[in-house]
Amino acid sequence: MHAVYNAIFEPGFFANPQVHVAVTIGGLVAIVSAVTGVFTIMRGQSFGGHALGDVSAAGGAGALLVGLSPVAGFVGFGIVGAGVMDMIGVRRLRGRDLATGIVLGTAIGLSALFLHLTTTVGATSGATQHVLFGSIFVTPAGTVPVVAALGAVALGVIAVIYRPLLLATVSPDVAAARGIPVRVVSLAYMLSLAVSVGLSSLAIGAILSTALLIGPAAVALRLTRRTGGAVGLACLIGVVTTWLGILLAYDSFYWGTSRQALPVSFFIVALIFASYLMSGVPAARRMVR
Amino acid sequence: MTMDELTMSGTAPILDVNEVSVALAGRQILDRVSFSVRAGEFTGLIGPNGAGKTTLLRVILGLQRSGSGRVSVLGRHGSLRRQPVGYVPQKVLLDPDMPMRARDLVALGADGDRYGLRLPSRQRNDAVREMLHAVDADRLAEARVGTLSGGEQQRVLIAQALISRPRLLLLDEPLANLDLRASQEIVTLLARIAREQQIAVLLSAHEMNPLLPVLDRVVYLADGRAATGPVDEVITTETLTALYGHPVEVLRVQGRVLVVAGDPPTKPGTE
Repeated sequence: MHAVYNAIFEPGFFANPQVHVAVTIGGLVAIVSAVTGVFTIMRGQSFGGHALGDVSAAGGAGALLVGLSPVAGFVGFGIVGAGVMDMIGVRRLRGRDLATGIVLGTAIGLSALFLHLTTTVGATSGATQHVLFGSIFVTPAGTVPVVAALGAVALGVIAVIYRPLLLATVSPDVAAARGIPVRVVSLAYMLSLAVSVGLSSLAIGAILSTALLIGPAAVALRLTRRTGGAVGLACLIGVVTTWLGILLAYDSFYWGTSRQALPVSFFIVALIFASYLMSGVPAARRMVR
Repeated sequence: MTMDELTMSGTAPILDVNEVSVALAGRQILDRVSFSVRAGEFTGLIGPNGAGKTTLLRVILGLQRSGSGRVSVLGRHGSLRRQPVGYVPQKVLLDPDMPMRARDLVALGADGDRYGLRLPSRQRNDAVREMLHAVDADRLAEARVGTLSGGEQQRVLIAQALISRPRLLLLDEPLANLDLRASQEIVTLLARIAREQQIAVLLSAHEMNPLLPVLDRVVYLADGRAATGPVDEVITTETLTALYGHPVEVLRVQGRVLVVAGDPPTKPGTE
């Protein structure tokens, strides 16, 4: 029994302070991503969410270059990117896609420049790895309150605009006719999305943040018919896959003989993908019926 | 006598559109359109595609500014915010797997403009059930909105518009994309609602025949100009020829009305 327990939780997992930080940040980020993710899918803005990840990457890389906190870079750039996308894109139906594409391309170019300068000039080893694929195990404990506060702001905004946002998602005209300031509401949502993506860029990397945003929400959407239920279920799936991923990454240090831990982001994304595949079973059954 | 009392007595119009003109990008979309709608009346906003029907509805809803002229609802001008107007869009933007049941969509009609999270409310649940019943959609309550057929979605959207107890119900091409039977069911339903709940219904359509049995009045739009009145007075060769500015002919065939160009167009290849 003890051996099995040790095989699941390798020695020191619960005592390790870095694990504490990772589990806390991972859980917070998973919840914020899951909540915003449900709306992102309902509004058909997965592409926008992904682009904001790339914008965050540029911010994170820039922050490393000038010696700022990565959280500030990820979230700050994300918010600016969301604002620019909203400015370019709102006027036309297809404009949103186009705005996203333009912002995304520019952001990746900036990331390339910043990461190049950081790694060659600043000689910061691992910067590329951290920005693109996350740094949850090496994040300082002092970042936790910042993540918690930003996450609370994002969730708070979504809670306030919950019903108007849903109505504007279903029909912008009906919402506008009811006196809802549709532009303000969708901008507020975009800002929450930027914060959420910035935070998950910190945890599992800018490139993979889309997986945490879209994955758990997509699984939840397949399993429930209720909006509130989907939000709750997405949170559960996000937190479980993130924590399991952290555990597996920690354990992977003891696998084989190389004494090298595999990236936590890989495990989280793999678990999300597996849960999406599994959620297809009930969804497919429903289609047959 | 206050405005409300006037309305209740049925003498004042619920909706009054007065000399409304709209120009977009240098093109005259609406040209001095005037008409009014009273409680319990079923009015068809009829016209070919591009005649300005959607623009007119958007002006009435306050989603589009008019260049000149005035729209008043229950005697009040300006924004329709919190005014008793229900609006049914052509369709909603939801994929089949989106987590929103028909009853959730109807509930948004009751409190979708409120901020903050929703608390459970038996009163709201009862109202939602009552509205779904009113549009014969009780059995759709638990279904995902995105999986409903066009006609079913229309019913749910009508329920959503009715739950705020509007005095005026606007519908944008609700019969587009519906088959004949679904169209007739929606039209019968709307006529019943207008009569029973004394709601003024204004419905846009490019095809008037499914509406003929129930229409009290028609607003016929062509090139931004409108002819209004009872069907028999408006849908005539003389009125529509004057409206279009070129000869058209109104044919009545087996209870159906056809509006055709008076001069047959030149056949291709004969020039």
